[in-house]
This record gives sequence, structure tokens and C-alpha cells, in this order.
Amino acid sequence: MRTGQTERLDTGLAGRTSGPVLEIRDLSVSYQTKRGTVRAVEDVSFDLASGEFLGIVGESGCGKSTLLFGIAQLLSAPAVLDGGSVMFEGVNLVNLSEHQLASIRWKKMSLVMQSAMNALNPVKTIGAQFTDAMRAHGVSSKAEITERSVEVLRMVGIDPVHLRSYPHQLSGGMRQRSMIAMAMLFTPDLVMMDEPTSALDVVAQRSLMVQIKELQQQLGFAIIFVTHDMSLVSHFSDRLMVMYAGQVAELGATRSVFDTPRHPYSAGLLDAFPSIRGPKVPLTGIPGSPPDLARPPQGCRFAPRCPKVQDRCKTGPVQLYHVEDVLVRCLRAGNGVSSGD
Amino acid sequence: MAILTGAALGEPAPGVAEPGGQVHAGQAIGRIWRAIRSNKKAFAGAILLAIFAFLAIFPWVIAHDSPEAEIYGRSLGPSAAHWLGTTSYGQDLFAQAVWGTRETLIIAVVSGALSTFLSVIMGLAAGYLGGVADAVLNFITDVLLVVPTFPLLIIIVAYLPGIGVPGLIAVLVVTGYSYGARQLRAQTLSVRSRDYLEAARVRGERSIYVIMVEIIPSMTSLIVATFLGTAVYNVLAAAGLQFLGLGNPDSVSWGTMLYWAQNNEALQTDQYMWALVPGALIGLLGAAFALLNYAFDEISNPALARVPITRTRGLNPVVRRLRANRAD
Amino acid sequence: MTRHFRIGGGLHRKTLHAVDDVSLEIGEREIVALAGESGSGKSTIARLLARIYQPTAGEIYFQGKPLSGVRSRADMLRYRSDVPMVFQDPFGSINPVFRVSHGVHRSLKLHRPELSAAERTEEAKRVFDIVGLSPAADVLNRYPHELSGGQRQRVGFAQALAMRPKLILADEPVSMLDVSIRIGLLNLMKQLRDDQGVSILYITHDIASARYVADRLIVMYAGQIAEAGPVEDVLAAPKHPYTQLLLSAVPDPKAELSVDASSDRGEPPRVIDPTPGCRFRWRCPLAITDCANITPALQELSTNHGVACLVAQAGAEVKAF
Repeated sequence: MRTGQTERLDTGLAGRTSGPVLEIRDLSVSYQTKRGTVRAVEDVSFDLASGEFLGIVGESGCGKSTLLFGIAQLLSAPAVLDGGSVMFEGVNLVNLSEHQLASIRWKKMSLVMQSAMNALNPVKTIGAQFTDAMRAHGVSSKAEITERSVEVLRMVGIDPVHLRSYPHQLSGGMRQRSMIAMAMLFTPDLVMMDEPTSALDVVAQRSLMVQIKELQQQLGFAIIFVTHDMSLVSHFSDRLMVMYAGQVAELGATRSVFDTPRHPYSAGLLDAFPSIRGPKVPLTGIPGSPPDLARPPQGCRFAPRCPKVQDRCKTGPVQLYHVEDVLVRCLRAGNGVSSGD
Repeated sequence: MAILTGAALGEPAPGVAEPGGQVHAGQAIGRIWRAIRSNKKAFAGAILLAIFAFLAIFPWVIAHDSPEAEIYGRSLGPSAAHWLGTTSYGQDLFAQAVWGTRETLIIAVVSGALSTFLSVIMGLAAGYLGGVADAVLNFITDVLLVVPTFPLLIIIVAYLPGIGVPGLIAVLVVTGYSYGARQLRAQTLSVRSRDYLEAARVRGERSIYVIMVEIIPSMTSLIVATFLGTAVYNVLAAAGLQFLGLGNPDSVSWGTMLYWAQNNEALQTDQYMWALVPGALIGLLGAAFALLNYAFDEISNPALARVPITRTRGLNPVVRRLRANRAD
Repeated sequence: MTRHFRIGGGLHRKTLHAVDDVSLEIGEREIVALAGESGSGKSTIARLLARIYQPTAGEIYFQGKPLSGVRSRADMLRYRSDVPMVFQDPFGSINPVFRVSHGVHRSLKLHRPELSAAERTEEAKRVFDIVGLSPAADVLNRYPHELSGGQRQRVGFAQALAMRPKLILADEPVSMLDVSIRIGLLNLMKQLRDDQGVSILYITHDIASARYVADRLIVMYAGQIAEAGPVEDVLAAPKHPYTQLLLSAVPDPKAELSVDASSDRGEPPRVIDPTPGCRFRWRCPLAITDCANITPALQELSTNHGVACLVAQAGAEVKAF
């Protein structure tokens, strides 16, 4: 493993593997409830190039976290992956057995959970948890384990003395960093993060984001970053995917989506941020709430809340349209009309 | 079992009682009943308990003979006239078994209820009040917890000869409440830091109110489970004491049946029914409570776990780290 | 008549200086934002004002009268109805066992006992309408888990409104909500100030929302006030290095995309057995030797705009972050 690592570090900068790291096609996740089948994620498709930073943004309940777990093959009953493929470096993860997945997990693909306090074992030291992770993936030499643990902690800016600390002895920011360090143990090609900064203060958030970006530029892994805070991720991501009610609403280069959001929902999200610079304007946010996914509306799922809704939006499903370099699920965009009109 | 939060469930979990103005008690009971019905184990337990209750309240409906009358032939085997045979004293075993249900059930239910009541008071008060009150109450409870209950029972009862049912119940309650109290205290401690309790205090509510109205309803399932568990234990303990002859040997109960069976060497003299029937009945009653307990465990999980919702925003389904049965 | 709060006090729990020598005032019909990181003491102040904790030192004056004089249950109830609190966690602050009408009805029963049952129901509907939960009769009958996070926070405000408060203590009421829903609640707070004449103490760690909703801004660090003043003044010309740090850390979607590595690691301040001197000095690029010895006091540098920084008070230009 040591040699493998040095090789990876050397090829470092702009991504390691040739070809996309991840190709998702028509991924769907649903689960059964008393009131019927809930389609939590519906027909999501996207590619992720090596070393790319993709931000996935949306409200609670839009399916972004479910999507992440669906990609990582971590869904548990009653949630079921009922369609689509997840090609990770050319291999379809959906068809793999638990044993085969184990060899990919953490070594090539890792996951950072939302709340470090919940994800870290409170009765074990950080060092012990790193040891667990490494032993589970075939590293047995104590010297190697210690060396790598120290290395990853340094990478995230934590003093290695904290290998002997328990999670509750660290601050929120440090806990989150140690989660990220743990995800870096085997220098994976893909790191997926589920709202890693939501429990942190503004200053800690920013410093963590900067750290993540630095690590990415240093080690060249791809990142999928799920959050509800669009402004936070937009400063760091290459591409941005806006999800609504289980579907992709908009997907494109961050700058494009930001400067000219074509989906009324993306525009609404952007407008929901009060600014600290510039004039003070009254904002309205997006009134209403997301649809009940057990009984999604007939046409466009955003129609009930859309300020620009038209009659045709309410009938029949809406596909993703190509508008310049962006994919938008909006009939107005499909006709070449941007959300600004 | 994945935990689905409210929107998916569509209604609050059953088994959660709602005192006070907003919802009728009838609705709560209806919900509990539906929950029991839908759970096979609980339903079986409920049926069993219903049968025992019927026997306890209306024993004469089934057993036509008097349990104490020593008028029949001695040590007869099972026959059409005596379904379970007779004892060495000429008493009808079936009648004894049926009439004995009353005393045993009374002991189980009353001691269970009183013990649970005491557990609630001691446990909740200790958990909620904290500080000195907690230390004192806890000390008492812990001492009683550590002392081996059954030997203690034997000693106490031995010093009170001819103790009747009320005495037995009293002793069982005092020695048996500690386990439940500990559990309730732990649960109270975990609930105590919930914002809605702080909100109630800031609203100006008194401590008593907060305990009674805000905390107890969310612990109903745990309280019911405590009751059922205590009832089982008390049945066994009472039967055990009576078997040892420490109860009133002249009363009619399953434990005393065992006592007399033992005295007359029933097993050695091939009078199997005499020894086995009370034992089997005790086992069945215990099973009835235990089965109901299963139901409340399963009901109580969503009810108790629904409050600390694992996601901080929205009503997402929770997906966890175990593999699902997949459709492919 | 104005409502004043003056707290000069510390809350010592094993020498944890949660709040040290804080003096602030909240007037009528104004929204004061109290901003700071976790560990800054802002939540403690809310709880001091809500009388969940007692100040170790100093005094709180409400409408001119000191709180330590409030002894009887009647007086206490009156204070609690004048100064209710709205909590942060929409999922934990309402008892899940009861319908949402429970809290409002209890508030009314405790604080406005002169109302009859029918009047209580009417009043409950009225406050639910004000906070935007319509149709009120319908929502009142729902359970908390049937409402969204935003709706639950509105219930919290309704419960507070039912008591006819003068000042609402809002402890990070929108932090746990989705960004798109926050605006709705921030607008509600503005509406409460304008239409209902209620003052609000808005505690947050998000400066942008503070700017949107507040009239005055108080920035706290490590249990002390760093800077205080009208919100536009403070944000346009922040004088305390910590305020500047906060402002620089706020992601602004409309600003230029940039990734300049900030040397600040975002570590929480040390408030256990603090030594004298400015508590921000370890993170402050402008710290001078005096900062380690003298604890800066809040000093007004321009109208109503006070700063607790020796460097700023010395008249030097503060451009830290």
C-alpha cells in the first residue's frame, strides 16, 4: 500500500485516472411507506471527471443525501435502489457483492457524514478509529498505521497529539476535520461529503472549506459535496447540481448556474440569501414547501411554487433540456427562454 | 428497522397516551388496541391475559366444584368428572386451578401497578430534580437494587408468619420497584435536556406540571413495559414464596397448590397433574405478560426514538449502513 | 417608556466565564442582533434574560425595575409573559406528544387567566394567523411531526405572541432551517416588530441574516462584547478585528469567487480561567503588547458605535482581515 500511495501522490495535481471517475445513469431510489411508494430520487444522471468538485444543492427532502447513499451502495430497507447504474471507474457498483464493494470502499471511494459527533465513535480515541479503518482494509503493521494516521491529521491541520483524544474533547471544527482525515487514509479517487459543515460556525466553516479545496488540489481526488447552502459551495465547486423533489433541476458549470440560473428554483435559492454587502433589499424566499413524494404533482414538480408557472407546466413530465452548457429541467428553458424573463 | 419519521408514518405512534384537553382517552386506547392487534405476539398475549382475567373474575362459570372442599376421592387421575384429577385431600384440581387464578392475578396486577407507581415517582423525581434530591432517592433505590430480592423476601416474610395477600403485595412492591426506577430515571435524564422542557419552564410552568404533563406521556411505553415486567417477576416471586410455605397455606392460589403438592410428594407418588398444572399456569401467565411486553417494546421504539430525529432538517427518510434486500 | 437591560455579570460554572461584564440595552420596537460564534456567550445571555440562569454579578433591569426584585410567582409570571423565548431547534422545542395547540393554550392559561375557553381558542387562532399558519383552526389540530421545520418555528413565535410580550428572545431561530425558508421567518420577525410593536433579541451566528433583520448589532467574542452599534454602521465600517474576520468569512454568492487561504483556523476562544487581556489576541494579527495585559472595555468611538479594542481605541486604522 505504501508504494501505491506514493505513486498516487506523485501523479497528484489535476486528477489521477483518465476518464470519468463516476458515471451515474438514471439512478432512482424509492421506498415503501404506508401511503405508497415514495420516489426519493428519480432518474438522476451525471458524470464526474477525475479531480472535479461537484456541489449538489437543495432543500431538505430533495433527495440529495439519499442520492449520495445510493451511489455509495449504503441504502438500507425500506429504501431501495430501483433503477439505474453507478459506474465507478468503469465498474457498475450496483451489481457488486458486499465483498467486492469492501475492496473499493474507503480505498477508492470514501464518505464523510453530516455530523461528526454522530459518525465518530464516542468511546474510542481518534487514533483507535483510524486504526480500525485501516485494519479493516488490510493494513496490519502498527508502524504503518501510526505513520499514516499522523500524516492525514497533519494534512487537515490537526496536531497529531490528538490521536489520543476522544471526540468529545475536540471542537466541532476539529471533529469534522478528523472525519475528513479518516476519509483520506487511503487517498481515494472520490470523496463524498454530506453537509460536512452544517454544524459549524461561519468562521470554522470557511476554514474547513478552504482546507478541503487545498487537499483536493494537492491530492487530486474528485469531490461530491452535498449541502443546502448554495453560496457556501459555489465558491469552491467546478460544477453545481441543483436538486428538487428527487430530480435534477439544473446542472452545469458553477459560474453559469450562479450568474444566470435558468431554473426558477435555482433563481429562488440564490435570492434567498441576504447579502452583507450592497443595498438591503426585501427578499421573499420561496414560499410553500416541497411536494409530497408519495404523490408527486403531475407535471413539473416545482409548478405549485413557481413564480413563472404556465399552464403547460402542470401536464406531463418535464425533461432536462440543454441550454448552452447547462442542463435545465424547465419548459421555459427548453424553449430557449431563460429564467430572467 | 429503518426509522421513518412522521410524514411517512402519517400519524403519531400508538401507545402514546395524551392526557388533558386535546385528545380523548378513547382515541389513545383505540390506538393502543390497534397496535396490539397488528402485532401477533402481543395479540396472543392479550388473548391469554383476557382468558386469565375472565377466570379470575368469573371462576364459577367454568369450575363448578368448590376448590377447598375435600369431598372427592383422593388422588384420582384425570377423568370426565375431574378434568385434572384430585389432590391427596380430595379436592378437585381443576377447581383449584381456576379459582387460584384470582389470587395470583391480583398479586400480579396490584403489585405490578403499585411497584410501577413507586418506580415512576422515585425515578422521575430523581431524574428531573437532580442534585440532592437525586442523590438521596438514588441512594435508596440503589441499596434496594443491590440487595438480592428473593432472599430478602424470604427473610421479611419469615418474620411475618401467616402473611396474607396484602402483606405479600407490600413486600413485593418495596423490594421490587428499584429496577424500574433506575430505568425511568435514566430515561428522564435523557429527556430532560430537550428543548421543549426548557420551553415549558420558560413559559412559567411549575416543576410538578412539567413532570406530569410534559415528561410522563413521552415515557408511557416505558412505564407500561415496566409494569408488565414487574408483574411477571412478582408472579414468580409470590409463587415462589408460597411454595416455600411462607404465604398463607390455606389460601387458594397456584403457589399454594405447589406447596401442598410438594408437601404430599406429588411427583413421587405419580400425581403429576398436581405439581405440573400450577407450574404450567404460572408459566402461561408470565408468558402472557411477556408477549404483551414485546408489543410495547416495538411500539415504544418509534415513539421514544421519534423525538431525537436524526436529521436536523426536514423529514428525510433515514438510510443506514446496512445492505438492503435489493430488487435485483 | 423604554425597556432597558443592563447586565454586568459573569456566569461561573467551574470558572467558565460564559459572560463577563456585558452591558447592553434593548429599546422598544427594535430588533437587536447578538452575533458571535459558539462559545461566545450569546446563548447564555438569552438564558440570563429568560431567567433560566441567575447572573453571578450585575443586574438586569426590565422597564426600569431590577429583576432581582421579582420574587412572587405572580410577578415572575408577568415577567415571563413579557419576555418569552423562542428556541433554536424546531424538532426539539415542541413536545411531540401533543398537538401544536397545546403550547399556545398553556401559555394563554398561565398568563391570561381572565380569558374563557372560547376566548382562548379565538386567541390561539389569531396568533397563528399572524405568524402565517393558515388556516389556523386546521394547523392547530396538527401534531408537530406533521409540520415542516419552518412551520414549527412559526408555532414557537405564535406561542410567544400569545402572551402579549414586550420582548421576544429568539435564540438562533433560523439556524436549523433551510436557507430558503429562513427568509420567511426573518420577514416574520420584521413584521412582528412593525405591526405588533414587539422588540426582539435575535441571537445568531449568521451576520447576513442579522443585517437583514436587525436595527442594531452586537458582536460578542468569548463572553464579552467586541463591537456594538447600528447594524449598517458596524457592517460598513467594522472596527474590531473580530468583526472584520466574521465579515470576511461570510460566503456571499454575489461576490467574486475567490479562494484565499485564511490563516485563521476557527478555533473557539478560551473562556475557562481566562487571564486578563483581550481574549481575541491569539487570533488577532494586530495584537500589541498591551493587548495581553489590559482587557479592553467597550468604548464609543462614533455615535452609538462602541468597540472594545485597544488598537481601535488608540485611533489606529484597523484592517485585520
